[in-house]
Amino acid sequence: MREMVQAGMPAQAGNSQTIQTEMTASADNAQAIQAAKLATAASAQKFDVIVVGAGPAGNAAAYTLAKAGLAVLQLERGEAPGSKNVQGAILYSDALERIIPDFRDSAPLERHIIEQRMWVLDDESYIGTTFRSNDFNKPPHNRYTIIRAKFDKWFSKKVREAGALVICEVTVKELLRSKQGKVIGVEVDREHGKIYAEVVILADGVNSTLARKAGFREELKPKDVALAVKEIHFLPRDVVESRFNIGKDEGVVIEMLGKITRGMMGTGFLYANKDSISIGVGCMLSDFMAQKTTPFELLERTKAHPAIKPLLQGGEMKEYSAHLIPEGGYHAIPQVYGDGWLIVGDSGMFVNAVHREGSNLAMTTGRMAAETVIELYAAKKAMTAGNLAAYKQRLNGSFVMDDMKKYKNLPDIFHTNKQFFTTYPELLNRSAYTMLMVDGEGKRAKENAIFNSFRERRTLFGMLGDAFKLWRAIR
Amino acid sequence: MTTTAKVEESLFQNRYLLDADNPHIRIRDPEICATSCEAQQCAVCCPAGCYTVEGRRVVLITDGCLECGTCRVVCDTHINVEWEYPRSGYGIQFKFG
Repeated sequence: MREMVQAGMPAQAGNSQTIQTEMTASADNAQAIQAAKLATAASAQKFDVIVVGAGPAGNAAAYTLAKAGLAVLQLERGEAPGSKNVQGAILYSDALERIIPDFRDSAPLERHIIEQRMWVLDDESYIGTTFRSNDFNKPPHNRYTIIRAKFDKWFSKKVREAGALVICEVTVKELLRSKQGKVIGVEVDREHGKIYAEVVILADGVNSTLARKAGFREELKPKDVALAVKEIHFLPRDVVESRFNIGKDEGVVIEMLGKITRGMMGTGFLYANKDSISIGVGCMLSDFMAQKTTPFELLERTKAHPAIKPLLQGGEMKEYSAHLIPEGGYHAIPQVYGDGWLIVGDSGMFVNAVHREGSNLAMTTGRMAAETVIELYAAKKAMTAGNLAAYKQRLNGSFVMDDMKKYKNLPDIFHTNKQFFTTYPELLNRSAYTMLMVDGEGKRAKENAIFNSFRERRTLFGMLGDAFKLWRAIR
Repeated sequence: MTTTAKVEESLFQNRYLLDADNPHIRIRDPEICATSCEAQQCAVCCPAGCYTVEGRRVVLITDGCLECGTCRVVCDTHINVEWEYPRSGYGIQFKFG
């Protein structure tokens, strides 16, 4: 077995070099007992827990498990943690604070958000709301813009310091099952790549090839996932700050809805980072399939909108990325536990699309999966489906399932009522334009014209019905 | 409105470790795309423009792949896309994500 770890595991060395180096690094920082335990596990190629994936869910799980003294192996297919991961990105402090309370001291945070804009756009204009408060400047800050590649590297460093063995550039091919079907480990695409564990935590993201192949989860349905495309544009720091009217470390978020998605159910976003701007747009995949605009064209058009273009002016585009976001909501959540396995994060479809929350649910589900495993270990209980069901109970008793349930009907409402993305944004913008134009026409006449324009596009009953549907779905 | 920008120019900014001659996505049966698939939505939906239509045939070049999974999910009628992650260490390496 030892030869198999040494021959199969190291990413590029092809011998025991890498794993030995990793072990030494871990030993420097972790308690001696845990390091010894990990060394034994590595040589036996059998760990307490294997975590697949080094995104927020996997990192939260691996960190929590390692902190509790378990022998944890975390596998990541990218060359570094974060190099396969894409997000807007906004970090919500609360979820991370519950895992690493002093994260602000070392995490690579871009800007704390002091201003939130909501824009409803038509082709020429936007109407919207802005909320800006100096209260958001008071620490501890609640939300930050982040750049995921940097953030994930930092989080992974914390995971290693906590005593987990983290190995990158390893793609897991499939789960190893016992005759009874219990998950007993993973097989990676390195030679002699079979590694065993009492329990495997799948934090392998929205596509989760492992869960699909094992039959734990069905294939994603186009109506349950959004495809988001994004670019990052670099600008001098002072330009970012003057353009958004913000001071050092202060950040702005713009969420966008309306004609930029060309009738598709979706939203756009623009986030101010330290010396860059993240701009993106995402729509449901089922909607992309029903039309002819490519995601790339959609983003190009969004960037060219007269209200957005000046914000990006002069920036240097340094990366174009794309990602699927599981937005099927509560009804799309698969079975998340079984004999020897747990699913966390995007892989379990834990995203609250209404509130743009994903990574915090990833971290929270990762933490809760870890806590479940730690409790079972402490009680010397086996990692059976019956015992691991405690994970689902934990989720049910938390805000995770509460929030997922609260909006369970919203995806369907937006799927079947596209006027929220087309007719209303246009009408709102035209109304504002009409009211603000000083052109010799009386305000009463303008109000009548606006009212009639709404009536022409949507019946009174239609509008009341829309309001009712929305209210019922979000109350 | 017309956009003149090309997706290739944007992809050029990205960092890839190419696994030459070892594509991680494969069209199972190209005949199905050419003869049975009216929509050919992979060619519209792929954010990296990996799928192009030549005549009626769908041509796949995975070099610019962003590993999002879109092509596999949209091919829900014919299930004709065989999709794996690239081998250990290969594929897109996001600098910023």
